[in-house]
Amino acid sequence: MVTKNRCPYRAVLLIVLLVCGMMTPAMAAEPIRIGALVSATGPASFLGDPELKTLELYVERINAAGGVIGRPLRLFHYDDGGNANEARNFANRLLRSDRVDLIIGGSTTGTTMAAVPLVERAGRPIISMAGALVITEPVRPWVFKTPQSDRMAAERVLADMQGRGITGIGLISGTDGFGRSGREQTLAVAADFGIQVLADQTYGPQDTDMTAQLTRIRNTPGVQAVFNFGFGQGPAIVTRNYAHLGIELPFYQSHGVASDRFLDLAGSAAEGVRLPASALLVPDALPDDDPQKQVVQDYKAAYEARWNMSVSTFGGYAYDALMLAVAAIEAAGTTDPDAVRSALEQIRDHVGVTGTFNMSADDHNGLAPESFRLLEVRDGQWVLVD
Amino acid sequence: MALLRLPERVPGLPVLALVLLLVPLFLGNEFHLDIATQIALIAATVVGLNLLVGYGGQVSLGHAAFFGMGAYASAILTGTYGWTSMPALLCGALLVAVLAWTLGRPILRLKGHYLSMATLGMGIIIAIVINNEGWLTGGPDGLAVEPLTVLGAELSIFDHYSVLGLDVSGALLWYGLAALLLLLAVWIARNLVDSPIGRALRAVHGSEVAARVVGVDTAHYKLLIFVISAVYASVMGSFYAHYTGFITPQVASFEHSIELITMVVLGGMASTYGVILGAVLLMLLPQLLTDFQDYEMMMFGLILMLTMIFMPKGLLPTLSEALKRLRSRPATAPAGQE
Repeated sequence: MVTKNRCPYRAVLLIVLLVCGMMTPAMAAEPIRIGALVSATGPASFLGDPELKTLELYVERINAAGGVIGRPLRLFHYDDGGNANEARNFANRLLRSDRVDLIIGGSTTGTTMAAVPLVERAGRPIISMAGALVITEPVRPWVFKTPQSDRMAAERVLADMQGRGITGIGLISGTDGFGRSGREQTLAVAADFGIQVLADQTYGPQDTDMTAQLTRIRNTPGVQAVFNFGFGQGPAIVTRNYAHLGIELPFYQSHGVASDRFLDLAGSAAEGVRLPASALLVPDALPDDDPQKQVVQDYKAAYEARWNMSVSTFGGYAYDALMLAVAAIEAAGTTDPDAVRSALEQIRDHVGVTGTFNMSADDHNGLAPESFRLLEVRDGQWVLVD
Repeated sequence: MALLRLPERVPGLPVLALVLLLVPLFLGNEFHLDIATQIALIAATVVGLNLLVGYGGQVSLGHAAFFGMGAYASAILTGTYGWTSMPALLCGALLVAVLAWTLGRPILRLKGHYLSMATLGMGIIIAIVINNEGWLTGGPDGLAVEPLTVLGAELSIFDHYSVLGLDVSGALLWYGLAALLLLLAVWIARNLVDSPIGRALRAVHGSEVAARVVGVDTAHYKLLIFVISAVYASVMGSFYAHYTGFITPQVASFEHSIELITMVVLGGMASTYGVILGAVLLMLLPQLLTDFQDYEMMMFGLILMLTMIFMPKGLLPTLSEALKRLRSRPATAPAGQE
């Protein structure tokens, strides 16, 4: 990207500047520097790839429309490959070398949390696209995020189970960060819905057969439904095994598999599976008076036209992050980090792809559980249940 | 392998010290300084690994696990249990030494590359434990680490300190500390290599049978050097954890072990200064190749392949030999050497 300043005296000058307080004076028509920290390759590339594509697409579009507060956007993006240490180094590079005004990323909880100490210290807002609750709870002044937390997904599923009169469930989860955090949140809130977790099984991210775990769940007395918290290919295998074993109980997945790819992988075994997902999966099924309908349809159309591939929930997180940043900069009328930060906190009724954001000083996510739509797979298609 | 005389002719340590002293002058900003600090810490780890690989003739495929154990021991003991940095570091090092000793003692009695397999298995097990015991290690999402405390004072990269009346940033102090650690690591390694232990090890590397015949207790020396190099990794892991302030199980992963071994092979086995060069190159690669992110692994593989084909002894030994040949050619070209 851009690395200049090789002369030693400039180095001294820069360090002196940093000592003085790390404030970059904003000049007129100077581009707004947006840093992006994504896992575009590696094991989390299914998150990072659509995220980066979305950011590139919308930075282009915003610039074509005249930029933000009269200044163009300039995107600095690095690929951490899902590696937390790389993420930390690239965050440092964005802050100190590229001197960005704001960071969007990382794609995973680990990469976000690795970058957070540096970002907080430098005093720049960061909008994460990762799901775990720890990112915004406890609230850190500079840290925001766009996806719903995993606790919200667990609550949404448990509420639906409660509605069906279910009191005992079997839980099966992946041992990756997503599955582990989801399992903890499910166990923590299950009792609030009068539901007992009677069986608690896990599988490794590389496992290719979960029949043993599912058999154990089936043989546990009192289990009325099964909930799988995981992402990647694991949940698809669980779904197939579930169908092969002929288990008749209602089966729930988490938002981690909310993409068309899951339907391809699980095939007919996915029939009847319910899961919480963003409205993006069912743009046409939304009622016309749904405020999100227009936003979601526009995003889907724009993304698919530009990249010629189907849209994913994860790209939606990037869309929301960029649009929140733009809204905050517009409201603040400047890129001064403190002003942007408090403008982000004051965002109300911002309709995004993931949901409607209502930020506040003690909620840096701003989404309600209702932003998750409950979907069911019928005839190989997503159908809106609630 | 034993022909690498460059470090003995050129006074290596003062040159390295001079280079480390000059580096900050050529760095553009604190981000560069940050990378330089990490490189110094990893280079010190690799110098330790090189003792085992280059001199002991044994390959460890789980060195990142020792590194990770040191890192997590420091993180957990200082963070969760409120210890100060040094006791935590020593505790981690002791733990790693005991583990390496337990693992190496039965295995290093055997000839051949059984240690690679044992360390491979151990490394993977440790990575899994760190991943799974989330209550202790924070699991796959990682763990924040307290800043380093030295003699009751806290050394944080974010603060400023007054040293001899000068205002010095914590980042620069950290770089100084990492540079000192690297020099210390090299000094210890050079002394070990030139001691009877080092000579015995080179004999083992050359021919284990011959070494035994002349009365070298091969198993003892191999075990000793294995434990020493594991402790190197653990200590550097501790410093690394304090420095970066956040660690994930990736520090202990198999991929990281392979990276460390690659640094040794690339830089030049049994060349202490060569492996430092290897560490510098491999650590800079991801930063230099940000524009070719998709090709990073390809470049990585290509470099390794080219090294193995054209410079099987590694970068620095090959270069220094070429230099020597160039220098000696005009003077006295010994006949019959072609």
